[in-house]
Amino acid sequence: MARQQHEHIVKSFDEQLKSVNQQIARMGGLAESQLASAVEALVKRDSDLAGRVVNADTGLDNLEHDVEEAVVRILALRQPVATDLRDIIAAFKIASDTERIGDYAVNVAKRALALNQMPPVQPVYTVPRMARLVQSIVKDTFDAYVERDAEKAIDVWHRDEEVDEMYTSLFRELLTYMMEDPRSITPGTHLLFIAKNIERIGDHATNIAETVHYLVTGEYIEGGRPKGDTSSYAVMEPPRPDEDGNGGDDE
Amino acid sequence: MAELQATAAATEIPEATGASPDAGSDQPAKIAARNVNVFYGTNQALKDIDLDLGGNEVTALIGPSGCGKSTFLRCLNRMNDVIDICRVTGRITLDGEDIYDPRLDVVQLRARVGMVFQKPNPFPKSIYDNIAYGPRIHGVANNKEELEEIVVTSLQRAGLWNEVKDRLNVPGTGLSGGQQQRLCIARAIAVSPEVILMDEPCSALDPIATAKIEELIDELRGNYTIVIVTHNMQQAARVSQRTAFFHLGEMVEADETEAIFTNPKDERTLGYITGRYG
Amino acid sequence: MSEMAQTAEEATVRRPDLSNARLRKRYAAERRFRLYGLLAVLAAVGMLAVLLGSIVLNGYSAFLQTHIALDVHMDETVIMAEGDTPEAMADANYRALVFKAIERRFPSVRDMGEQRELHRLVSGGAPRAIKDMVLDNPALVGTTQTVWVKADDEIDMLHKGYVDRTLPENRRLVNDRTLGWYDSLREADLIELQFNTTFFTGTDSREPEQAGILGAAVGSFLTLFVTLLLSFPVAVLAAIYLEEFAPKNRLTDLIEVNINNLAAVPSIVFGLLGLAVIINFFGFPRSSPLVGGIVLALMTLPTIIISARSALKAVPPSVREAALGIGASRIQTVTHHVLPLALPGVLTGTIIGMAQALGETAPLLMVGMVAFVVAVPSGFTDASTVLPVQIFLWSDSPERAFVEKTSAAIMVLLAFLITMNAVAVFLRKRFERRW
Repeated sequence: MARQQHEHIVKSFDEQLKSVNQQIARMGGLAESQLASAVEALVKRDSDLAGRVVNADTGLDNLEHDVEEAVVRILALRQPVATDLRDIIAAFKIASDTERIGDYAVNVAKRALALNQMPPVQPVYTVPRMARLVQSIVKDTFDAYVERDAEKAIDVWHRDEEVDEMYTSLFRELLTYMMEDPRSITPGTHLLFIAKNIERIGDHATNIAETVHYLVTGEYIEGGRPKGDTSSYAVMEPPRPDEDGNGGDDE
Repeated sequence: MAELQATAAATEIPEATGASPDAGSDQPAKIAARNVNVFYGTNQALKDIDLDLGGNEVTALIGPSGCGKSTFLRCLNRMNDVIDICRVTGRITLDGEDIYDPRLDVVQLRARVGMVFQKPNPFPKSIYDNIAYGPRIHGVANNKEELEEIVVTSLQRAGLWNEVKDRLNVPGTGLSGGQQQRLCIARAIAVSPEVILMDEPCSALDPIATAKIEELIDELRGNYTIVIVTHNMQQAARVSQRTAFFHLGEMVEADETEAIFTNPKDERTLGYITGRYG
Repeated sequence: MSEMAQTAEEATVRRPDLSNARLRKRYAAERRFRLYGLLAVLAAVGMLAVLLGSIVLNGYSAFLQTHIALDVHMDETVIMAEGDTPEAMADANYRALVFKAIERRFPSVRDMGEQRELHRLVSGGAPRAIKDMVLDNPALVGTTQTVWVKADDEIDMLHKGYVDRTLPENRRLVNDRTLGWYDSLREADLIELQFNTTFFTGTDSREPEQAGILGAAVGSFLTLFVTLLLSFPVAVLAAIYLEEFAPKNRLTDLIEVNINNLAAVPSIVFGLLGLAVIINFFGFPRSSPLVGGIVLALMTLPTIIISARSALKAVPPSVREAALGIGASRIQTVTHHVLPLALPGVLTGTIIGMAQALGETAPLLMVGMVAFVVAVPSGFTDASTVLPVQIFLWSDSPERAFVEKTSAAIMVLLAFLITMNAVAVFLRKRFERRW
């Protein structure tokens, strides 16, 4: 898909663009591994790993800062147009999204630290499934970026729906759980937030996919964004004393 | 396209003013070029140019040196006629009228299609006479008062009035480069043309003078159809609504300026505007 | 590309030799070159100075003329011998009055031969001067007047110091007797140099003291007038057409080459043409300024065409584009813009062509303007001569006094040429515009 681009007549321009692209790719890799580590820390109840995730976030922040600086410099000095302009604008937006992904990964790690203080709760095993899905979305998004592949970007964009659906069902599951056993409210809330963070990571990955599509084709993705997250409308009634059932599925 | 031209040639009703293949705006094109070829001797400078230039908007012609954009511009008011070995084929219409029709007087055409050149070229006469010259030879003004009014309004429109109102009798060649170029624009609009052609009007000017000319072009857009040839792509991006890219005598791509500069369709356009080997 | 880069990197850096030896060598070369240039200029100026100096030294004395004071008795028996009408007085024998006056000055000379020699002290034009005096003022009749009359050219030469007294008598211009009379006049302060108005008001004459350049100057003026009238409009129109309108093709190339060749044709050929075609075929009057003017016009045409074309070519195309772009027709473009800008150049070329024509001799010899003409020409068809031809004629005359006249005439001609060139420079400066 990526057009065979000639080199710029001004070689230093090419070098600057290349360096920005490489920085974005590194940010992508870093964000992926942060997410993976955070989830691992959650699943394996590994507080050390969670701590490392929290500390590693500055690296991502610094990279984002570098990209921003490079983008401003190129805009001011090179006045890029067409593909170059899209390249630069995309880098700017993706850097910002990626930094947010990193922040969410840190949030997950922090809550994992808190969860590690408590006994494990059941749905903690559903979370990793969702996390793996989001991880693959993030990875594919950055692959689409590196390969300048608009098809792949659209594909990724559609997969976010799945994440949202997963999140909605996890939401219900956790609510039910907490209603049944008030002691699980603390870890349940933490898990809820973790799930929400992972879901947000998916949203940012979708943003990046949209940006990649614009970068490659110069056009925005047609149609509205797929939304599978209906948790905002989810209502759960607490179980009535005369009923033993959990009634979690009626709406 | 050939059929299209055949029908256009057969019937005097100019279809070129109607919906055209690449017109971006819904209004009919002010100038329409169809199958325009230009030869200098045996050397073909332009190949099958089809281009519509919309009314009351600025069209920028960009492209590398020698790509034919200036040649095309000069076809629009038949300035190429002066060159003996230059031959133009095809059809260019202004409001549906074929400007290469032998019955059409070239002097009258140039009164309708004014031109501003790369190097500011005021006549070595006073500022007043520079502007009054066109109206005089075309009989625009009936008396001295009218002529004076034309001079004043032209200078005002060209944004030069406040700078020169006290010295209308000094030679136009004594002004600064930017002022000279605005004087030339004032001279062009003094005969109220419908179209103004500009051949790299800012290439000899500093950025401030350039900015003033660009502002002027933007203001004139409401009343005139403007075609500007420029080497400065940022300038094309700043002043024009539509941009046409010429390469090796061909019109490669014409589109809304925004589209050209964010998402050009043609590889050659992309290579040119981003500064790559092409 | 990469290979080149590689070799460029590998190449050892060679720095320029900044030693003082090279510097000195370069400075020395520059000084030498300047010296040569200066010498060349000095040589040119020196030659010009020698030329002008010799002409001025030879010629300045021609503007002065030796005069002798005579007490002329206006004898009414002589003047009114035929009556007292002006016609009768004009026919009187003034010669006798002059001779009598000289004889009275030297009463001791009795011999007829010696007396004839004595009479030759004064110019043959002296009686005419007396006649003009009397006719101007008839009241002078019967009185005795002291009149300064022109001395003969030999006395003139003697007085101006061109006669070597140490030479033996038979090889000298003036004999001993005349020398004696001259000395006695000189002692009595009766001989002196006065401004020679005749030189500017007279026409050609066999007698050097009576010869003037007015006839030739008027002839030159009339001839140049005809030349200008014919060549300027024709040449300018031709230049405009060739430069601005003519298509560039074989024919115009041929015309251009021929015009350039025409400028190189020897001027005498134009004279032959004038003789064969204008005089013999069309029967125009020979020796007239009209014919001379036509011949010179033919000769000047290519010069003016070439200079006018280059002046038109020097007008920047941007001016033409500006005018055409605003909708001026081609004629309007040329007459309103191009020609006014080219005019200083055209005029300069014209004046230089005219100056060339003014100095031209050879073709005029062929059309008979070399004739001995004693009357100032009053029209274009009168026989006349021109300044350079006059110079040629005088330089050919045997009398010693014509040597200085020749140089003086050259000075007058040079003055005309310098004036014309000055006008050309003035016009160029006055009308030259920057664009």
